[in-house]
Amino acid sequence: MAMQSDSMPDRFIGKSIPRKEGREKVTGRAVYVDDIAMLDMLHGVTVRSQVARGHLRGIRFAESIPWDEFTIVTAKDIPGKNCVALILDDQPCLANQVVNHAEEPVLLLAHADPYLLEEARRAVELDIEPLPPVFTIDDSLAKKQLIWGEDNIFKSFLVESGDVESAWSRAHLIVEGEYETGAQEQLYIEPQGIIATFDAEDGLTVWGSMQCPYYVHRALMTLLNLPVNSVRVIQTETGGGFGGKEEYPSMIAGHAALLARKSGKPVKIVYDRMEDMAATTKRHPSRTRHRTAVTREGKLLAMDIEFVVDGGAYATLSPVVLSRGTIHAAGPYFCPNVRIRSKAVATNFPPHGAFRGFGAPQSVFALERQMDQVARALGLTPEEFRRRNFVKEGETLAVGQMVREKIDMAALMECALDLSDYHAKRKRFAEENPRRAVKRGIGLASFLHGAGFTGSGERYMASLVGAEATPEGQVRVLAASTEMGQGTTTVFSQIAAEALGVDFDLIEIVQPDTALVPNSGPTVASRTCMVVGKLVESAVLGIRQQLLSSSLLKDKYTSEQFRQACRLFIQNHGELKSTAEYSAPVGVYWDDEKYRGDAYGAYAWAVYVAEVSVDMTTYEIRVDDLVAVQEVGRVINPVLATGQIEGGVAQGVGFALYENVVWQEGRMVNSQMTNYIMPTSADLPRIRVFFEEVPYAHGPGGAKGIGELPIDGPAPAIVNAIENAIGVSIKRIPVTPEVLMEALEGVHA
Amino acid sequence: MPEAPKVAVSFAVNGEPRTVEAYPMARLLDVLRHELRLTGTKEGCGEGECGACSVLIDGELVNSCLVPVAQVEGCRITTIEGISGETLHAVQEAFVECGAAQCGICTPGMVLAAVTLIERHSAQPTEDDVRNGLAGNLCRCTGYMRIFEAVLQACEKSVGAGA
Repeated sequence: MAMQSDSMPDRFIGKSIPRKEGREKVTGRAVYVDDIAMLDMLHGVTVRSQVARGHLRGIRFAESIPWDEFTIVTAKDIPGKNCVALILDDQPCLANQVVNHAEEPVLLLAHADPYLLEEARRAVELDIEPLPPVFTIDDSLAKKQLIWGEDNIFKSFLVESGDVESAWSRAHLIVEGEYETGAQEQLYIEPQGIIATFDAEDGLTVWGSMQCPYYVHRALMTLLNLPVNSVRVIQTETGGGFGGKEEYPSMIAGHAALLARKSGKPVKIVYDRMEDMAATTKRHPSRTRHRTAVTREGKLLAMDIEFVVDGGAYATLSPVVLSRGTIHAAGPYFCPNVRIRSKAVATNFPPHGAFRGFGAPQSVFALERQMDQVARALGLTPEEFRRRNFVKEGETLAVGQMVREKIDMAALMECALDLSDYHAKRKRFAEENPRRAVKRGIGLASFLHGAGFTGSGERYMASLVGAEATPEGQVRVLAASTEMGQGTTTVFSQIAAEALGVDFDLIEIVQPDTALVPNSGPTVASRTCMVVGKLVESAVLGIRQQLLSSSLLKDKYTSEQFRQACRLFIQNHGELKSTAEYSAPVGVYWDDEKYRGDAYGAYAWAVYVAEVSVDMTTYEIRVDDLVAVQEVGRVINPVLATGQIEGGVAQGVGFALYENVVWQEGRMVNSQMTNYIMPTSADLPRIRVFFEEVPYAHGPGGAKGIGELPIDGPAPAIVNAIENAIGVSIKRIPVTPEVLMEALEGVHA
Repeated sequence: MPEAPKVAVSFAVNGEPRTVEAYPMARLLDVLRHELRLTGTKEGCGEGECGACSVLIDGELVNSCLVPVAQVEGCRITTIEGISGETLHAVQEAFVECGAAQCGICTPGMVLAAVTLIERHSAQPTEDDVRNGLAGNLCRCTGYMRIFEAVLQACEKSVGAGA
């Protein structure tokens, strides 16, 4: 059902060109940070508070360790500002006097022998006077203890359209619901790691696994009080990120840099799995309350939504996670009266942060569960209630954004229902279930996901991409966007080769290195292909334009003629370079003050259908089928895009059913792959992916963003299917067998 | 670490005889990565759950993070570096073509698991065979679908070629 754009036949866009670095990856030759060893390199470790909140009174060093062999760093060794510079700069790089969560870094050690280092780490004793911690959203809101700022609130938003209060009296029905989602660990298979070197002449250089080299760059300048050119950040091959390597690498890089500066030697810090899971950020736990009014005709009249996320001990990215979650909370529906009140609150858990979806999976879960509850109250099927309320072209979303995209959600839903054989299965399961110990159900979720930064983010960021031709006639693309498995390098090459009309092999994507590439912004927010990809297109077209203007190239040319032209241009002029800078498409405007307007340049739209079976003896739940239908603009590389959707769905299945972070006194106690359960190859259904392609005018080759979209839909579709199977409404995820047992038997497992 | 002194351990890696001086309880994973600089074998969890450190010991697929080096005296070890020469193994070809590798960190282990699986099946395996055969190797990027496709495609080719 793919639609083709009406332009010239594409040579590279829309083609499943194999991943550029695929060969290195399948042979084990790709170099990740832990694969790098340097002469005289030390290893670094982190001593953490282990107390959720308290005053640091002192540090004791046990006598059994030859401490003079070690490099020891505390907050006193920080030459610049003691913070991990990000949004609010409230998080210290090393705690000094107070600790606010149990994994807070207090002291760093470096030594050449990793075994002795581990012994030494255990021989450091922190004397911390405990203070009462805050571990729940309610305690934080009630200011039971004041742990952050004046009110424990990192950020709050209010979205208002129409007048919710005046609508209640006109309602045919009012339905209320409360929904919760748990923390989720990104669980990239490559743990976090950084190597740092420091010398007076060259300054500081760090290599590491990261999504955002320029975030790390800025954090290091601030921490070490260094000028721009004295800090160089180089991304190494990155073994998955999913948001988990958006902000935390700035912390580890700071630690490695401090140790390298003090020791004068290269220092490597690579976390083991337990430390990585316990100490680094996770998806924000959330609580959402819905109050929904509908008319007799089954139309939404009012939606009153309270959305709260637990930010943990420091702000990190909570303000922007909250923003995205808030804007997505009212979904792809038209409702004349909407109020969304949202807050990110402080607790004494380790800070929560970015994870694929960035607040949206939480608020979408609540909304899509609520939609099923309202449909049931109205006596309508879930699909019919949604059909009556989908936003249409020309109508506005809750933040006042008029939908200008040619989207037909009802048609997308029909497609998903057909492909999943929804109607026949719903009927058959209803007939069969009463006789079965394993009950089956089918459910859906419809949703959208904004591509690019929220609101004015892209305008403020003003991302840059460069391109330069080499004397050999190759075109090098200079961008800070990282490859972490999602396909940046391949997709950028396709975009550039297509725009230039030259062979794929003529394009080289330069490894992100702040000494070489300009700041194209972070690799987050489903922005790489749509926003940065468009800049790649513009930058390489700038090269072509210069060749055309100089008459070295005619309108129609072969790759060889292009190479020749580059060679001659460089002979004549010394260099051939071009830069592109982001500017917002005409007519896209966001009002920061009123928090209204065009929240995103474009959205991806989707309907997912999940089929489940619930074993009423063991309370195990299996997903038997998952159909994912989405409109994402032009698909640049079908195999890579399908892989993005499948991977996101798999993480969504984990979010829904398996991935349960267990906290004890503010620490994650199941910080191992043995007891934090992610889906294996035996746990997942066949994930069936279908694309509808409506080219987007401002995306490269017509593309929009897709990276985050697929994690929004699976959890609500699965839990809606569970309700269809067993007739019980589950309000929180993950739905482990224990949660199901509690819901069905009313006892704590 | 280890109380016991270092010992000499001899074994073959990818066909070449090697002798290392190591603590007997040192993990085979560390010996391969640090002593022999065979960094294609990855550490994902260090507790035998994720399979990123998979290697073959005398043809058996094992997690090298759980194997003390003293145990491999006299063994034949195959790592990802020993799977292909100039040309890629059929499994590796299929992984590249089908999009089975994303971030690539689980890929070496996954390739070794797939190679083992194919060698154990004289006939074309079913998708369920593949699911079970790879269940000890975790991948967070792909949702496994492209990996199943790659393994089945590689099997078809090797069965077709009479391998």
